Amino acid sequence: MAKKLMKGNEAIGEAAIAAGAPHYFAYPITPQSEVAEYLCWRIPEVGGVFVQAESEVAVGNMLFGAAATGMRVFTTSSSPGISLMQEAISYMAGAQLPVVLVNIMRGGPGLGGILPAQSDYNQAVKGGGHGDYKTIVLAPASVQEAVDLMILGFDLADKYRNPVMLIGDGMIGQMMESVEFPEKYRDPVSPEGKDWALTGAKGRKARITKSLFLDPEKLEINSIELDRKYKRVEAEEIRFEKYKVSNKNKILIVAYGSMARICQTVIDELEEEGISVGLFRPITLYPFPGQAIHIEAVKANIKTVLVVEMSMGQMIEDVDRYLKGKKPIEFYGRTGGIVPSPNEVKDKIRTILKSKKAESK
Amino acid sequence: MAEQANVIFRRPQSLSENVTHYCPGCTHGIIHRLVAESLDELGVRERAVGVAPVGCSVLIYNYFNVDFLEAPHGRAPALATGFKRMRPDMIVFTYQGDGDLASIGMGEIVHAANRGEKFTTIFVNNAIYGMTGGQMAPTTMPGQKTTTSPFGRDTSLAGYPIRMSELLSALVTPAYIVRTAVHTPMHVINAKKHIKKAFRLQKENKCFSLVEVLSTCPTNWGMPPHEATGWVASTMQPYYPLGVFKDPEKGVG
Repeated sequence: MAKKLMKGNEAIGEAAIAAGAPHYFAYPITPQSEVAEYLCWRIPEVGGVFVQAESEVAVGNMLFGAAATGMRVFTTSSSPGISLMQEAISYMAGAQLPVVLVNIMRGGPGLGGILPAQSDYNQAVKGGGHGDYKTIVLAPASVQEAVDLMILGFDLADKYRNPVMLIGDGMIGQMMESVEFPEKYRDPVSPEGKDWALTGAKGRKARITKSLFLDPEKLEINSIELDRKYKRVEAEEIRFEKYKVSNKNKILIVAYGSMARICQTVIDELEEEGISVGLFRPITLYPFPGQAIHIEAVKANIKTVLVVEMSMGQMIEDVDRYLKGKKPIEFYGRTGGIVPSPNEVKDKIRTILKSKKAESK
Repeated sequence: MAEQANVIFRRPQSLSENVTHYCPGCTHGIIHRLVAESLDELGVRERAVGVAPVGCSVLIYNYFNVDFLEAPHGRAPALATGFKRMRPDMIVFTYQGDGDLASIGMGEIVHAANRGEKFTTIFVNNAIYGMTGGQMAPTTMPGQKTTTSPFGRDTSLAGYPIRMSELLSALVTPAYIVRTAVHTPMHVINAKKHIKKAFRLQKENKCFSLVEVLSTCPTNWGMPPHEATGWVASTMQPYYPLGVFKDPEKGVG
């Protein structure tokens, strides 16, 4: 298919249609309202479902009902809206239903701001709602990758019968880039062959989609079953990308999403100054590619692992967890909607290297 | 052995054979049966899906022989909206108590009704939270003693009981909204007519339908079952008048 110039938010909506999921429930919130504005006319063209709900609480629960049909459904929102959906996300994880949720993150806490941030990492990766559960979390660094990961996200949600969250910062949603969609769009995915979908108790026993297990033994079994699933996800679904990672690297940057892209510029510019820096970019934030980071980080020349985030430091805790003190970790981050410039990150790296030099003297 | 006579009464196909956990004198069992009979008679059991609330009737799916979804507290109308929009060919209903629908789920029911979602809500109003142990609900009567209003509901602080059927009837969107009761056989027969009509309207893809059913909770009201049915008549009914509040077929509301 020919390349199109498209805004991230609109491309995310189109990607769901390509994935056979033209079923969308949403509530407006900046900086991602364009998704609904795009899909409100685009979905009727392909015969799907578009509902503007009364709140994000309702959106989450409409998805819960809609996902139980066995068809592919999704929503998009931004930070405060995603907080309101945590109830339904926990229930859907407990009831093992597939759903895709997009969080175009803005600065928080509270109402925060409307500019790009990455401060919902912990909420997305560590569960967000109540109970022992995980959501699979995907983090695109470009509009094209947002499209690709949307399609992958629906496949993963179906494969594991689990909520999948795509988190992008406001930049991913607002920026226009050239993007390519699959040549052939998938037909809307049907409930056929899904022995859990509610289709009416015709010629079979009634099915129940629930998360209540009043018998503690049964609830524990449910949690163990979920945990087994997450272990499979951790074994099979880790995705990441490395940029200019080599044995010469003095610094290994770990960054995701838009921040990782800015760090590529940092790396290119420092290379011209003769400073070798590599980038490790997690694409799945859960499952987290901690082992792979560890392998790169412990290489002899690496002085420091620098985690760069548009937050006060959240992913750094996961990096730290896997490095187990084997290498020093430094953090650079701006938040509140401020996007670090390449120069700021370069300065941070120069400072680190200077202090390392002083240490070794 | 003599040949069996014609069957004149049997368990509806839409009900399972499980024995309910409801307290003696609770009318959930009657209301379940009326819903099941309606599904059977309209021939929609095999394409029905119920949405269970949080409350005493959370385990409703154990007593029905239809597919069921279990909602978070108050959100059943949102789940029903999601399901019905995806499967307009199926018959979708929520079964909710007064704490579920009139308190925590007020937003969801009002907006579902206002969008005119084509599902049916059975709203069981017994003026108290049952499962959590008898706390004050938005529908608790003035002066009624509960575990969180031990001196009786104080309307100066808790306001007056919410009349959900009247409130929802104020919406302009066409709907079928009716209040019934099940404390006498006559009321049961009448309630059945309305429940069946609510499902028929859905089957014909006409409108949102809600049947409020005044119900008993002898355990949490602290009275024997026969007094509880009397209390529905003497105390609830004057405040919650029975009748059809909105009916697109009759131009009411």
